[in-house]
Amino acid sequence: MSAPLLQLADCTMQFGGLKAVANLDLVVGAGELVGLIGPNGAGKTTVFNVVTGVYAPTAGRVTFDGRAIAGLKANRIACAGITRTFQNIRLFPRLTCLDNVAVAAHPHRKAGMWSAVFRTPGFLADEAALRRQAMDMLEVLGLADHADALAIGLPYGQQRRLEIARALAGKPRLLLLDEPAAGLNPQESEDLMRLILEIRRRFSLTILLIEHDMKVVMGICERIAVLDYGVKIAEGGPDEIRRDPRVIEAYLGEESVHA
Amino acid sequence: MKRLLGPLVVLVVLVVLNSGLERVLNPYFFQVLILVGINIILAVSLNLVNGFTGQFSIGHAGFMAAGAYGSAMFSLTVGQRMVNALVAGHVPAAAAEGAALLLALVLGGLLAAVFGYLVGLPSLRLRGDYLAIVTLGFGEIIRVLILNIDVIGGPRGLPGIPKWANFFWVFLVVAVVIAVSRNLAHSTHGRALFAIRDDEIAAEALGVDTTRYKIVAFVIGAFFAGVAGGLFAHYLCYLNPNSFTFLKSIEIIAMVVLGGMGSVSGSVLAAIVLTLSPELLRPVKEYRMVIYALMLIVLMITRPQGLLGTRELSLDRMLRRRRPAETRA
Repeated sequence: MSAPLLQLADCTMQFGGLKAVANLDLVVGAGELVGLIGPNGAGKTTVFNVVTGVYAPTAGRVTFDGRAIAGLKANRIACAGITRTFQNIRLFPRLTCLDNVAVAAHPHRKAGMWSAVFRTPGFLADEAALRRQAMDMLEVLGLADHADALAIGLPYGQQRRLEIARALAGKPRLLLLDEPAAGLNPQESEDLMRLILEIRRRFSLTILLIEHDMKVVMGICERIAVLDYGVKIAEGGPDEIRRDPRVIEAYLGEESVHA
Repeated sequence: MKRLLGPLVVLVVLVVLNSGLERVLNPYFFQVLILVGINIILAVSLNLVNGFTGQFSIGHAGFMAAGAYGSAMFSLTVGQRMVNALVAGHVPAAAAEGAALLLALVLGGLLAAVFGYLVGLPSLRLRGDYLAIVTLGFGEIIRVLILNIDVIGGPRGLPGIPKWANFFWVFLVVAVVIAVSRNLAHSTHGRALFAIRDDEIAAEALGVDTTRYKIVAFVIGAFFAGVAGGLFAHYLCYLNPNSFTFLKSIEIIAMVVLGGMGSVSGSVLAAIVLTLSPELLRPVKEYRMVIYALMLIVLMITRPQGLLGTRELSLDRMLRRRRPAETRA
């Protein structure tokens, strides 16, 4: 495995009496494509929320590229190079597709607020650059035709793509995808798998992926970690995971193992 | 050079109108015109907070009051003496008064901005109705404070404020607040505000410093409300705490909502309509406010998104006669 980019060490996230994530150790190497799976309520999205700063972990360390990020504010973590998509799509519905993506380029602005108020030449150049970056990203995701359409008007599948475009516009080094295939038809899932591999290559990304669609997970992930009740019960390559009795038990119940 | 052309044209137009209008219009119409201008400033500045950023603030009259009293106190103490000294030094009276007014407005605006900062702080933790209640309380606190400070007149009000504001100054500030809003809206900073309005968690996850931007919206909004208050004080020459009640805040909110949340030109349009209509309805006497209220209800039923929705009136677009790209979904 290559040098670790993201490292969770002994991470616990407790809500009152509930340990959503318990003593989790997880390492994602630079350039890896890692899957995070587990039954509903296993704590997968909580892991994302801890990594992206929505929650500060109750205990444990999170390091990104050697830097401790646990407890940092979400916007600082995004600027440090981790962006994400959401399980329930969270676009900016009243902004155009282009503006949705341009918001994510915001951390890369060079001109300040005063120069925006006075529309200085420096600001205008910067603004044009941000919009160009956003437009490029729409093109990569095949959404350039919808640049001026409101995000809310897009069909579901394209909304998911727009979320990915938006996450990419932040120029992340680590991309977290939370169930990108949810609600997609088989053809769209196929396209999504190709897309994920394509953006990883193109932007030299490291990707951590939560997904229920086993075809997608097994098809593209190099390594898979399985969570159940907040505890990591297995980790390994797709074939290992597919055969692992603990994983089968967690997904299908105890009897099917003994059957 | 091209950038300076617009502001220059605005200045020339304002100077010409300033010397012409007061002579042509009767004093009543003229005063209504000034109030229209002040209300535009208030509505456009509140739109920055409520419309752009989606933080529901209903204490805007409080900021206006802070600016009004702050600038009036400056003029009554330092400003007046400054003008006397300048005039004695052979500076033309209009220039001296303009300079003093400008200083008074900026100071009043800054005082209001400080309050805006303080009110912005709870917005970091509170949302929706809860934030509305806090801002409402804050606005009332400012008014009650004024009511109880004897030096600034308390319930008797504050008379004798020099009449330095005129058409030129009021509509200069109108132009500035519209330009600032519009320029912000068309920048990455404006997009950050819109993003907070539409989905705060997503905005934060994309690297928008939501804390900073929410505070900034409150501070800019409060600053211009304070300046509007300063103009109000220096035009009417008399201040009374009763001008800044909760009802005034509601009036400003009505303008923002009616114009279309987030639309600068909508706020302007609604400020004009809502200031003029009670005046135009004067002939129907006691039914005036009934019809006014009915008008609001009918408008909200027929156009819940406001007069302009989130769109802007644009000369460009009207000339090209093209439908806006954003078709409603």
